[in-house]
Amino acid sequence: MKNSVNRELPEELLKRLSYEAFETTEIGHPSIQRVAPTVHVSTGDDKVVDSIKEVVKNTVKDGMTISFHHHFRNGDFVFNAVMREIIDQGIKDLTLAPSSLTNVMNDMVIEAIKAGTVTNITSSGMRGSLGDFVSHGGLENPVIFRSHGNRARAIEHGDIKIDVAFLGVPNADRLGNANGMEGDAVFGSLGYALMDAQYANTVVLLTDNIKPYPNTPASIRQTQVDYVVKVDKVGDPEKIGSGATRFTKDPKELKIASTVNDVIVNSPYFKDGFSFQTGSGGAALAVTRYLRQAMIDNQIHASFALGGITKPTTDLLNEGLIDRVMDVQDFDKGAAESMHTNGKQQEIDASWYADPDNKGAMVDQLDVVILSALEIDTKFNVNVMSGSDGVIRGAIGGHQDAATAKLTIISAPLVRGRIATVVPDVTTVVTPGESVDVLVTEYGIAINPNRKDLISALSSLPGVPVYSIEELQKMAQDKVGEPKPLEFTDRTVALIEYRDGTLIDTIREVKD
Amino acid sequence: MEIKQTAVAGTLESSDIQIMISKGTNDFEIELESDVKKQFGDQITKVITDTLKQLGVTSAKIKAVDKGALDCVIKARTIAAGQRALGTTDKPEWEVL
Repeated sequence: MKNSVNRELPEELLKRLSYEAFETTEIGHPSIQRVAPTVHVSTGDDKVVDSIKEVVKNTVKDGMTISFHHHFRNGDFVFNAVMREIIDQGIKDLTLAPSSLTNVMNDMVIEAIKAGTVTNITSSGMRGSLGDFVSHGGLENPVIFRSHGNRARAIEHGDIKIDVAFLGVPNADRLGNANGMEGDAVFGSLGYALMDAQYANTVVLLTDNIKPYPNTPASIRQTQVDYVVKVDKVGDPEKIGSGATRFTKDPKELKIASTVNDVIVNSPYFKDGFSFQTGSGGAALAVTRYLRQAMIDNQIHASFALGGITKPTTDLLNEGLIDRVMDVQDFDKGAAESMHTNGKQQEIDASWYADPDNKGAMVDQLDVVILSALEIDTKFNVNVMSGSDGVIRGAIGGHQDAATAKLTIISAPLVRGRIATVVPDVTTVVTPGESVDVLVTEYGIAINPNRKDLISALSSLPGVPVYSIEELQKMAQDKVGEPKPLEFTDRTVALIEYRDGTLIDTIREVKD
Repeated sequence: MEIKQTAVAGTLESSDIQIMISKGTNDFEIELESDVKKQFGDQITKVITDTLKQLGVTSAKIKAVDKGALDCVIKARTIAAGQRALGTTDKPEWEVL
């Protein structure tokens, strides 16, 4: 059957995995029953364990679901150390349910799949050799990709039932009070890991820095933790985040960023007390700079900035241009440090950030978001998951979640090298066009025809040509030519859930 | 036209293509490396061979390393490498352009 974004979903698959087809971005007002974890009662005096080997032996059994967070990004030492031990102990048939998978984990995951240790995966995304491996049919069961908000929803629903969470932290006391802000390998907000700490049946903290009891501020609390393991090093501080964020000099990115700024400033949402989320790409960082000037010029300040935080955003907080930063993860050292020193930078968990089945998530209150795209099609559907060769190489992240903002702007170059970004149909639908409002390219903008209000607000800006999305698509094709269609087999290697848990698209094995 | 020497044109910068042309035995033997080979490999090959034919070349060994070049770039690099290989750079083939 076809879902509402015109994607063919195999009936057999829908039935076997009991999926509903995606219909709408509207969540409605259902009543939801959340689950609760099993608690192994303890007074807390015997939580410290000497080795990963011992804790794996005590906690992980065949067929379980295990989880990790990805706040260490490419500086992560915890994932590989734990998985090594799990593979070596011959444990089989695990479901791997991390908040996301970074490149440094790829080889270990492939080894675990080949050894039969891991037979199911759910993640926000995957890239590099692992994406390639899965796209070529390396894992028998399809990978399930979920946005950060959807992962929180799935955990609360019990769709993801975590048996053991292995959470690396830069500090913890002997009972498990821990935060992400002090120590050698700091990353700031523990946003995604807080879900695992709250809902996993067994929570194992790994740290290289045991602090005197009680350790505060405690983001993860002793009431949630079963084991504390002392390791040599949890991560490489140099690879956790980018260092100082540079202001892009790429004229194309600057042009896109200044146009994004024009769109925001001339939208009905640019008024005192507005809120926004930007990403971490070159253009997104530049937007923050332009926006800063526009806010000063117009004497406007923002009530909050949301999502993955970078230093340019915390600079605005320190200047008093933003009242609060609501922080689910930090992309650079500056932002991570600021969380420690600035009380107006609030750590939020993934549920508070973006879970649709909630009593109000931050994204529900968001005015403006700037998001990127690998591809966007003439229906405004966005792909951030599969590359132009059809191979998995991306992550949903908070894309679907933040796109529910009142003004969702996709910033993307018209073409990248010989690859068109604006296409007739995206390879994989991740975020439905229904929630996308404006596309900004270096050549001009396209406005979703459903947004008559934005069409009238943005149609006569000097220096901002407005095209139909079909015109932009044709412009791209005239430059690069018409690509040969990608070839896939019939086998499904990955499922893309929408944030409400319905199925929005599938990814098939590439034919080489 | 006969290929007199092996010649190269182009760089490995993004949006460029590096083309090396040397003497072949019969027809065109093209070894193409490209990230967009799946989608544009046939088109790239066609632009290279069409351009070489216009230069009067009937057989050649070609190694092309593509970094996402557009057709106009592929054509320009092929003409440059082709004329260098033919030893005719002092007489640019304007009509091929």
